[in-house]
Amino acid sequence: MSVRAPEVVSSKPKSDLAANHTRKWALWFAGIAIAGWLFYTFLVPNLGSGPQLFIRQWMPLGSINEALVWVICAVGLNIVVGYAGLLDLGFVAFWAIGGYTAGWIMSTFFNQIENGFYFLSAAPPNQPGIHINWWIVLIVAGCVCAFSGIIIGAPTLRLKSDYLALVTLGFGEIIPQVFLNGENIAGFNFTNGAKGIAPLDPVAALPFGPATVAIGNAQIAISKPLGPFDVTAKYAMFVLVAAFAVFVSLRIREGRLGRAWLAIREDELAASMMGVPLMQSKLAAYAVGAFMGGLGGVVYAVHNNSVFADRFNFSISIILLAMVVLGGMGNVWGVIVGALLLAWFNSTGLPQFGSSFNSQFGTDINFPSFNYLIFGAILVLMMLFRREGLFPETRTRQVLQEAERSDAEELDGGEA
Amino acid sequence: MTAASLETTKAALTADNIMVRFGGLVAVKGVTFTIPDQSIVSLIGPNGAGKTTFFNVLTGLYRPTTGTVKLGELDITGQSPHKIASLGLGRTFQNIRLFGLMTAAENVMVAMHSHTTSNILQIVGRTRHQRREEKDSREFAQEMLDFVGIGRHADEYARNLSYGDQRRLEVARALALRPQVLLLDEPTAGMNPQESAVFVDFVHRVRDEQKVSVLLIEHDMSVVMRVSERITVLDQGEKIAEGGPDDIRNNPRVVEAYLGRTGTEGSAR
Ligand SMILES: Nc1ncnc2c1ncn2[C@@H]1O[C@H](COP(=O)(O)OP(=O)(O)OP(=O)(O)O)[C@@H](O)[C@H]1O
Ligand SMILES: [Mg+2]
Repeated sequence: MSVRAPEVVSSKPKSDLAANHTRKWALWFAGIAIAGWLFYTFLVPNLGSGPQLFIRQWMPLGSINEALVWVICAVGLNIVVGYAGLLDLGFVAFWAIGGYTAGWIMSTFFNQIENGFYFLSAAPPNQPGIHINWWIVLIVAGCVCAFSGIIIGAPTLRLKSDYLALVTLGFGEIIPQVFLNGENIAGFNFTNGAKGIAPLDPVAALPFGPATVAIGNAQIAISKPLGPFDVTAKYAMFVLVAAFAVFVSLRIREGRLGRAWLAIREDELAASMMGVPLMQSKLAAYAVGAFMGGLGGVVYAVHNNSVFADRFNFSISIILLAMVVLGGMGNVWGVIVGALLLAWFNSTGLPQFGSSFNSQFGTDINFPSFNYLIFGAILVLMMLFRREGLFPETRTRQVLQEAERSDAEELDGGEA
Repeated sequence: MTAASLETTKAALTADNIMVRFGGLVAVKGVTFTIPDQSIVSLIGPNGAGKTTFFNVLTGLYRPTTGTVKLGELDITGQSPHKIASLGLGRTFQNIRLFGLMTAAENVMVAMHSHTTSNILQIVGRTRHQRREEKDSREFAQEMLDFVGIGRHADEYARNLSYGDQRRLEVARALALRPQVLLLDEPTAGMNPQESAVFVDFVHRVRDEQKVSVLLIEHDMSVVMRVSERITVLDQGEKIAEGGPDDIRNNPRVVEAYLGRTGTEGSAR
């Protein structure tokens, strides 16, 4: 047993390859994000009206900003579903909780505080309510969601996966309902009910510094409170939040916690027999995922400048899941691509294609109403033909290549 | 060590009057059993005798209907499996249960979870403590893989290893818990006689170099007789005999239990 075969001069260790792979994708992510910003800041304003119209129709920056919200949430869901292998059908709950946290501490909503509580906020002075700098709100909302994740998870994570899926689905339905009906809880208005919370405080990139900085003929907002049309500044900020979520996902994958999640995904019983505390590790996955859901909720609230409970419906959870599956469960980069593709398709691609189609052929088909049909079809097709997603994580890809190889070997054997 | 001298050394693990009931079926009936410190003992018995069930009680997967389990002096009855594992009870599985899509090194590192402390913030921030811990874990994992003789496969996915290497990886993984007691459930299943012979030496090496007590469930009598310092025989959930290899070989009840089964099995085939 101690006889060793001569050391094979192998290629680089897997960890090195993985690091290279990560670096390559991270560079692409940063490169595309910056190119996008340069494009919309400097190039688009100088284009002729024809190309401008085309971009406004097919690639408006507003829809890209919204897609970034989806990216943040999908990356969070990927921690739960892709890393730890726990099916969560109610992720919208965290999106909603994050949104309402922003609504509570970034608006005049708590007008009981008459003189207003301000902290590094870009909101106009002397208003009632709580006004906290939005970067801090992100952290607060993330923590609130992580905490909610633990509260929701503690009783449910003991369940076997199918039941877990059902219970999370329930929570995904209940929590938006609570917000919708939270107008009068023991005489206290928590959520403004169906009227929602609007407007939110304007946000700024930084709480101090010059209002704007001129580069060429573009004005880059620094401490200027951003209005609804300052989409390029918001784009830059949302990209940073997304980058943070990605960064956390990648880092956490590497350490002991990431390994524990993988082990649980692979074989829960064996993991527990190797000293991995199941509940604690699953709760950690839930909490980290929820934290990112909270970030997404705040970004969404800022993007819309409002929070409405009726936007947080079941379909959000399903679309998020579709994004994770389409992109490649467990692979952050794949999930980002999946999220961008589906979000763009849903908000812009399909409606735009529909109106082009209708005007071309004189028809009157309501294309956007087919979006769930199309999502469903995509999911079914993926399950049939490419279960591992568009960009599977290296591990899963390995299985596939291997399956092909062993098929081939079987054939060889048959012929021999 | 002889069987007699084993009685006097202190126990690494003690199971006292263990009973396990699955509905109407009593799978383990009042078994009392000790593993002396630094010894190699075997649990044998015909199929369905309750051996794996007994293992599962020791490792906390099942809570015994009655009885207590002590690891050293510590009562671990009813503790959760991960707690028991971290207290020093490592095991392998009758049907290999590796983390297939993790590399051999990662498999071993999973078992070091309870010996490492980095929290989420330290992992994300990649603090010095976390980096040191990762490096140490990686080195220790490599050490364990070298020890079982599959060091060169550290970066291969567990599912791609050969059957024999997978069995060794299971041992390396269990050893990474730095256990006081190592439970091996049918470790030679699927091995040919030469491999089994090598395995006997391997178990001795594990005991001597890793300073653990080893409990084996084993069907291969030649392995059992050569490796064990003491043997316990279960039949239909009951302990029917206990002693050194020679005692067991000549024990009429054991012969009867085995022959009885073999007879019916033989006629069934
Ligand atoms: N979870 C369970 N629920 C109900 N019955 C069980 C369970 N686990 C084991 N049993 C029963 O308990 C008895 C003992 O099974 P066990 O697996 O412990 O036997 P074993 O000695 O390990 O046998 P083998 O040599 O085949 O591995 C068997 O009759 C089995 O069917
Ligand atoms: Mg068994």
